[in-house]
Amino acid sequence: MSALLDVRGVSRVYPRPRRVLWRAEPPLVAVDDISLRLERGQTLGIVGESGSGKSTLARMIMGFEAPDVGEVRFEGQNLHDLTPGALRALRPAFQMIFQDPYGSLDPRRPVGWSVGQPLRAMGRAHSTRAVHEALERVGLSPAAATRYPHEFSGGQRQRIAIARAIATRPCLLVADEAVSALDVSVRAQIMNLLMELQEEFALAMVFITHDLSVVSSLCDDLLVLRHGKTIEQNAAQRILAAPQSDYTATLLAAAQITPQSHAATAKGQSP
Amino acid sequence: MITAEDLTVRFGAGAALRGVSLRLAPGQRVGVVGESGCGKSMLGLALMGMLPDAAQMAGRITVDGADLSAAPEATWRALRARRMAMIFQEPTAALNPLQRVGEAVAEPLRLHLGLSRDAARDRVLALFEETGIQEPEAKLRQYPHELSGGQRQRVLIALALACDPGLLIADEPTTALDAHVGLRITDLLVRLTRTRQMALVFISHDLAAVARTVDRLVVMYGGEIVEEGPVDQVLSDPQHPYTKGLIGARPPFEPGHLRRRLPVIPGTVPGLVDLPKGCRFAGRCAQEMPQCAGTRAPKVQTGPERSAACHLLTEAAQ
Repeated sequence: MSALLDVRGVSRVYPRPRRVLWRAEPPLVAVDDISLRLERGQTLGIVGESGSGKSTLARMIMGFEAPDVGEVRFEGQNLHDLTPGALRALRPAFQMIFQDPYGSLDPRRPVGWSVGQPLRAMGRAHSTRAVHEALERVGLSPAAATRYPHEFSGGQRQRIAIARAIATRPCLLVADEAVSALDVSVRAQIMNLLMELQEEFALAMVFITHDLSVVSSLCDDLLVLRHGKTIEQNAAQRILAAPQSDYTATLLAAAQITPQSHAATAKGQSP
Repeated sequence: MITAEDLTVRFGAGAALRGVSLRLAPGQRVGVVGESGCGKSMLGLALMGMLPDAAQMAGRITVDGADLSAAPEATWRALRARRMAMIFQEPTAALNPLQRVGEAVAEPLRLHLGLSRDAARDRVLALFEETGIQEPEAKLRQYPHELSGGQRQRVLIALALACDPGLLIADEPTTALDAHVGLRITDLLVRLTRTRQMALVFISHDLAAVARTVDRLVVMYGGEIVEEGPVDQVLSDPQHPYTKGLIGARPPFEPGHLRRRLPVIPGTVPGLVDLPKGCRFAGRCAQEMPQCAGTRAPKVQTGPERSAACHLLTEAAQ
């Protein structure tokens, strides 16, 4: 049986500019031979720090850029073999949300315009009702459609970004640090919303984060990345209970609020 | 010793800080937590004498016993030069991109301490070593963009330490950094407060970063201190509903919580002019009682070093 998302051995290499004229810099291997599978209704957490390749991986899953090696299969089709038209036709089925909703919403357009954008892209011209439905689904009033992004708080803006992502009823949602910039209380509200949407639409989620404290409630599986390579890949609860690498153990310690966690990390021991 | 007594900061009709008191002994590390808009940064700015012009301040700030509430800007400037320093979330924004980082750190040394160029350079080198900057000699001549985020934050800490301050206010110093780098920065801050007997005010919304750094925790909501005490006691046994809410909203680490909804604090922090007259947490509090909206909850001493301001505690005490 084919998984909803099946990433097979993808690598992505970026050339680096020369620093000296007579010697080429070795290229940057952003993502190095990574494989993953994701079923409907499941969540995969991708954990890593800046430079670990997690955002490059997300861009390849979204079809924004092609891997140099390997393939990204969505519902059995290799995304990067599709014609631009075929990819566009498939796009409503997978959507993305970002860390900074303010940067991903057009400040000069009312919110309803932004939320309706993916609907217009799939050719549904009269989408006002769908926009209102999406806004209501994320806990905002339909009246929000006529207001502008700056009138909303950070948490509300993230709700707007989520409304836009679910407007096309996707089956896969890629969330890149979607809750990282939010206060704990607002973060809990947004995480609960994501859990509800997941159950309602059997939504599969790729949840990218550098903060391990959010994965226990959201993620079935975890993929820990460092310098583009897989460090650990397993069920989330197993990794949280017994991390197999010092790298993961440190990330775990950094996310815990027991004052003792400080002493544990100073010694460099896994807890 | 730096103290704030009954500090209130108003902008027109709204009070951004109300009745905030804080004592900072040498070497003490105090964490200030709360959601955005709760007055954490405003408290930091008030302690530094850097409130915006539109702010009206009441209450007392003393440094080593001297009352500074009505001190002229020149006094504050001299204090900021020598006695207190502040670092911010975004190290890139706080450094001049056209200035070599060695010169940036040398500037206060030459200006405030009157050191010669060579003496200043030696001090900068020592500061770079103290703050764990790698290859300090080479770094002197580099520009901010050539450094990583963690190294830039270390340069800012070196800059803040240049004139040997008695108080360092760190406003979200780890928020923009990766977890590993953030761990090392909080380690460094702890070490510096010990070796220099420097007081630290650590402002952050990241409870994990605060928990591993400070020994005393102050929880702010709506411009007031709602609870304070030793960090391990407040985190393990929170007494104010707001503190309970903040801690409860964190996903638990233990297995078996997959897809279980997180407890939330309903609503959002109200704006300055919309704040309730009485307890400022009224309207969002799960345990709200009739008197909460109208009357302010007095501070109740709940332990030798602990206090919280909540009507529930007042009732329990009677």
